[in-house]
Amino acid sequence: MSRFSGVDFLELDPLLTEEERLVRDTVRTFVDDRVMPIIEECHREARFPLELVSEMGALNLFGATIDEYGLPGLSNVAYGLTMQELERCDSGIRSFVSVQSALVMYPIYAFGSQEQKDRWIPALGSGKAIGCFGLTEPDFGSNPGGMLTTARRDGDGWVLNGSKQWITNGTLADIAVVWAQTDEGVRGFLVEKGTPGFTSSDQHGKFSLRASVTSELGFQDCRIPADAILPKTTGLKNALMCLNQARYGIAWGALGSAMETYTTALDYAKQRIQFGGQPIACHQLVQEKLVWMVSEITKGQLLVLQMGRLKDADRLRHYQISLGKRNNVWVARECAKLAREILGANGIVDDYPVIRHMLNIESVYTYEGTHDIHGLVIGEHITGIPAYNPPERTVKAPRKVLEDAR
Amino acid sequence: MRIAVCIKQVPDTEARLRLRKDGRWVDEEDLPFVINESDEYALEEALTLAEKTGGEVVVLSLGPARVKEALRKALALGAQRAVHLQDEAFEGGDAPATARALHAALSRESFDLVLTGSQSDDNGYGATASVLAGLLGWPHAWLVMGVELEEGGASLKVVREMESGMNEIVRIATPAVIEVQAGINHPRYASLKGIMQAKRKPQEVLTAADLGLDPAVVGAAGSRLEVVSVAFPSTGAGAQMIEGDAATAARVLVEKLRNEARVL
Repeated sequence: MSRFSGVDFLELDPLLTEEERLVRDTVRTFVDDRVMPIIEECHREARFPLELVSEMGALNLFGATIDEYGLPGLSNVAYGLTMQELERCDSGIRSFVSVQSALVMYPIYAFGSQEQKDRWIPALGSGKAIGCFGLTEPDFGSNPGGMLTTARRDGDGWVLNGSKQWITNGTLADIAVVWAQTDEGVRGFLVEKGTPGFTSSDQHGKFSLRASVTSELGFQDCRIPADAILPKTTGLKNALMCLNQARYGIAWGALGSAMETYTTALDYAKQRIQFGGQPIACHQLVQEKLVWMVSEITKGQLLVLQMGRLKDADRLRHYQISLGKRNNVWVARECAKLAREILGANGIVDDYPVIRHMLNIESVYTYEGTHDIHGLVIGEHITGIPAYNPPERTVKAPRKVLEDAR
Repeated sequence: MRIAVCIKQVPDTEARLRLRKDGRWVDEEDLPFVINESDEYALEEALTLAEKTGGEVVVLSLGPARVKEALRKALALGAQRAVHLQDEAFEGGDAPATARALHAALSRESFDLVLTGSQSDDNGYGATASVLAGLLGWPHAWLVMGVELEEGGASLKVVREMESGMNEIVRIATPAVIEVQAGINHPRYASLKGIMQAKRKPQEVLTAADLGLDPAVVGAAGSRLEVVSVAFPSTGAGAQMIEGDAATAARVLVEKLRNEARVL
């Protein structure tokens, strides 16, 4: 198999710094050498390759934007490129790194006490510890504010009750970042594996993200000490700040998936001989599909690059992240579909990566904010009306506008 | 132990090559460049030896501005300093001309060891380091498969690959020039932290004048070998297609290798 040499239709590479390119190429080589050869087997066996975690830690893939505790302090563009290369291999592998970095290390680093940071950031950064993020519940997905999990003050500690679902790395995790309702609003807690009253179990029967562990977490009168709270969390917005980090990475990661299905389809179309001894790439219908893919990937690259530059300048807004996540995951989903059409029957067997990406991207399409909800986030920004939860005043508003006009 | 590693930046062996208009070299426009493969192994060997002895690894390369990227990668992998021999006067040199420039740069400080790859993946002369050893007056080993420190670094036990699958083990007094083969170790990945630190490491640029070298003894001017032309081998001639199923084709192939090519 020849090495992946990237998709760069518009000569975008010179827009990256030398470090950013070297980061990308290093992760690319690592993924090609160490992850690609085993990924189909992991997918078949529904197994996350735990054996790679310490290597990924040594490479500094975890918490890569943090510039303390011996971590590299990457630019957000370089971080995005690591996501792209990981998801070029598999969305489940990228999910592992996303969760560890954006949903566990980020909140501990941003909202944790000095003691929490000193204990967990080095352990999570090296991969010696694994983390998970408990926000979504069986009955509350798109509307996390409705969560039923509670944390009640009890003596000098807290007591947790409730359950969390669709939790990546749940049963692997040494530490869970758990969000719960308190008298002071939603707050974040660190719950260690083995705490009495804290249980976790894997969710089975997944047709998607099979190389990633997905779990349920249960809390039954789970008593945690006073210093388990993330002291700087004050409301649901802190959880949403974590999701912004992760969604930013997904916008890059999805392009990796799209690049993989596109290049697989392109190579296949040039080699697959059918009518008249000609490769199927000579057919206009096939070319149109390939052209759609490379066009959308290229537009998606411009999108995430500008998002990254804005994020580095601390100017990236949540609705801009919604635009990137929504668009690029949709592009990846369409690319998987088109690639699968070009590959014919070979598009449904795991000799080729296409069907695996196609199955994976279904999860990515609706996790970390569904495609539709992200549409409504953008809609809210441009109209001022939150359509997913329209309060009465927004319904009245247009009427008032009409009255005022009279 | 102070170790110098000489690396060369070469076209990516997977890149599609086009000839330059003058037909004397490949067209370098848009061509991806990488660190020469066996040089990557030499660097890994140097980093491992330096970790054992607590020494310093300095990486040197001769070439145009693009070579900075190769040096930066070497720094990201763990070399402490980089020296870039960059001067139009250095361009187009044969092995002795290039070795003269490297010799001048190496002679400015004292090294215990010079490590490099056995051969470059582009010109493939396999001679530069041999000439360099001669200029330094140091012992030298080529096609090295393994390096072990002896007597606290005063000498090295070196495994060399010989013909017919035999190995030769030699003892070499340091300072020495060692040319390693690709495949002798497992080159590490640069950590992302290493990549971010690389730009803060010292990177020196040296011209012929900086080294007190007469431009007439380096580069094309100092070479007695001149590339007249490069060309792709003609295709088609001599190729045979073997028909049949795998078992039949394998049998025919073995017969041909034995009786026609006489390599078995």
